[in-house]
Amino acid sequence: MRIGVFVCHCGTNIAGTVDVAAVAERALTLKDVVHADHPMYSCSEPGQASIQAAIKEKKLDRVVVAACSPHMHEVTFRRCVEGAGLNPYLFEMANIREHCSWIHDDKQAATEKAWEIIRMAVAKVRQLEPLYSHEVEINKDVLVIGGGVAGIQAALDLADAGLKVTIVEKETTIGGVMAKLDKTFPTIDCSACILTPRMVDCAQHENIELMTYCEVEKVSGYVGNFTVDIRKKAAMVDWDKCIGCEICVQKCPAKAPDKFNVGLEPTKAIYIPFPQAVPKRAAIQVDYCRWFQQGKCRVCERVCPAGAVDYEQKDQIIQKRFGAIVVATGLEVFPWEQYYHEYGSGKIKDVISGLQYERMLNASGPYGGHVHRPSNGEEPKTVVFVQCVGSRDESVGRPYCSSVCCMYTAKQALLTKDHCGMDTEVYVFYIDIRATGKGYEEFIKRVQTEFGVKYVRGRVSKLYEENGKVIVRGIDTLLGEQVEIAADLVVLASGIMAAEGAKELAQKLNISYDEFGFLKEGHPKLRPVDTNTAGVFLAGACQAPKDIPATVAQASAAASKVVGLLAKDKLKTSPMIAVVDQKNCVSCWKCIEVCPFSAPEKQEVRPGEFKSHVIETVCQGCGVCVATCPVNCISLKGFTTDAILDQIEEALLV
Amino acid sequence: MAERPVKIIGIVCNWCSYAGADTAGVGRYKQPPNVRLVRVPCTGRIDPLFALKAFEKGADGVLISGCHPGDCHYSEGNYYARRKFELAERMIHHLGIPKERFRWTWVSASEGQRWQQVVTEFVAAVEKLGPREGRAL
Repeated sequence: MRIGVFVCHCGTNIAGTVDVAAVAERALTLKDVVHADHPMYSCSEPGQASIQAAIKEKKLDRVVVAACSPHMHEVTFRRCVEGAGLNPYLFEMANIREHCSWIHDDKQAATEKAWEIIRMAVAKVRQLEPLYSHEVEINKDVLVIGGGVAGIQAALDLADAGLKVTIVEKETTIGGVMAKLDKTFPTIDCSACILTPRMVDCAQHENIELMTYCEVEKVSGYVGNFTVDIRKKAAMVDWDKCIGCEICVQKCPAKAPDKFNVGLEPTKAIYIPFPQAVPKRAAIQVDYCRWFQQGKCRVCERVCPAGAVDYEQKDQIIQKRFGAIVVATGLEVFPWEQYYHEYGSGKIKDVISGLQYERMLNASGPYGGHVHRPSNGEEPKTVVFVQCVGSRDESVGRPYCSSVCCMYTAKQALLTKDHCGMDTEVYVFYIDIRATGKGYEEFIKRVQTEFGVKYVRGRVSKLYEENGKVIVRGIDTLLGEQVEIAADLVVLASGIMAAEGAKELAQKLNISYDEFGFLKEGHPKLRPVDTNTAGVFLAGACQAPKDIPATVAQASAAASKVVGLLAKDKLKTSPMIAVVDQKNCVSCWKCIEVCPFSAPEKQEVRPGEFKSHVIETVCQGCGVCVATCPVNCISLKGFTTDAILDQIEEALLV
Repeated sequence: MAERPVKIIGIVCNWCSYAGADTAGVGRYKQPPNVRLVRVPCTGRIDPLFALKAFEKGADGVLISGCHPGDCHYSEGNYYARRKFELAERMIHHLGIPKERFRWTWVSASEGQRWQQVVTEFVAAVEKLGPREGRAL
């Protein structure tokens, strides 16, 4: 055996804390190590070339690179050694950066630890064997979860590339949060005018299937071959018959909360969220329907000209197969009422959230675009905006910046002047103004100078009602003074959260999420739309708060990653999978019981004699069967028991 | 002569805790240098005998960490692992090794700070017991 060890400087990232030259030299004393070097940057072109040269010159048959995390560059170096004619699985990475140099200050201790980590990797690499990938056929259909602007963009890009796309949306219409917005910053473009044609494109595209009022119930399989159970929720209306005429909505006697209008005014128990809904179909909120609650009414059934109402409808589970999945579940607005008791907990009528104000401003909103005080219907003369409500506030568990509120507040301030007249007094309380996008800073300046919106740097400590006004008490930190403004309307720039259910969906998809429920990308810089589960990609605010341009860009990026993945006809599977030594198998079938993927099967080795056999293309390489097998006859390639025990043993050598 | 530093074997799953330790590194969350990590695809791959082997070879502590319940990359590997570790904990104690020397927990890929905390606390706990004498179980 001829092992080569390369200890990377990574500039000073490693060499600043670990004496890499000394460690490399020591590595030469290890059994089977015939070559050791310490390149400045192993992953760079000259670094990789030096590894390849050494493989050829020194006839290396195993390689250890001690550098960063395998999550960072394992693929890079596998490809590198393969380029020099070595089987890519005769390679092992020793992580002496993330797990050593970056977390220790003591150079001696870090060097000693790096030395041991390298010894462990050498011990493991001795146990490795050449491995070979299998190929599987792939399904080329794509599932897009979420029908907001991210899902719409991704679906249209994919469909235009010739792939069949299914959009699953939990509401009855696609459009998401963007459909609720009145205008978009910094151009003051009409949100619906940009979005609704795209929604119609989705409905009309021959490659797109819309599954609205549906949710993902269960996901199984793996990249190229996912099987997804989709729950089609009962709308109590037969959508094949419904023509979206809204007569049922007009005649329905029961009121129900209007999610689309963020609770500004009630809708009806049978509803269509908004006039441009796609598909424009009615659904019944059974919790508010008189027929379902009191057993009498059936008005909608009587008035429907299409005979579409069906009170007996039940949820349906529809199973579909896909090759790739784009998650675009979007965002939810921070429920400030539950947290900000100093702002009245939602009990002061003239204190509303930014999204509610958006619906108030909108011509198709409940007030036809007329800005008025919810308490008395009068047009406000003084409007105060409060930023960072549910953002950058650790006291409510939201330390992050929601990234869009500075800009949407500026836009709403401008629109207030536009709707209510330039003589309206408009104030914005802010901590910092974050205007980093194209044309954003200029927009803020315009709002301040041209529109005369007064920006007050400071937090608002209290909102309370007095003499028909909302008193805004805060501090102007630039003047160092308390300020009090008697406002007619207060708009809270409520922050962004991950959509409800994002965490549960992540668990179904086996992808990671952070403490706030935002889904985790493969790598923040290099794989921003991938996840750690192959074949699952992210788009939009499900990953982190972001504005529309960033969302659309990420959606197109996710679509192009899917196109890249599905451009191939077959996929190479990881060869690091379980294999059964059938000689020793006692046919207890425990492996079959525990495997989450149904990879082991009963194979007839002789007439009437069955042994376990792992289907190569189904096994995902978790190793649960290996640790379960009572006779140790299953081994996991790349993670054999001997390889693991040798590492443990090596780490504990004195 | 000062006592030798304690040595701890950590066995972590590739998707959550190994990546969580990476996140800790990227965030420069400093940790005591006593832990050596062995990467496995899933905690479900871990045979409790790995821990016994580590103790047999002289480890002062064994730390096992994987994905939080519900978050397993392979859906349910950590559930199988949990059952085994609960038994292993009792077995290890029965063999005369204080159970404080064996810890299993969950750290996700985004929990760099939690990884730092887990390592720091466990190292402190094992240091309190001191290095184990002798190499046999």
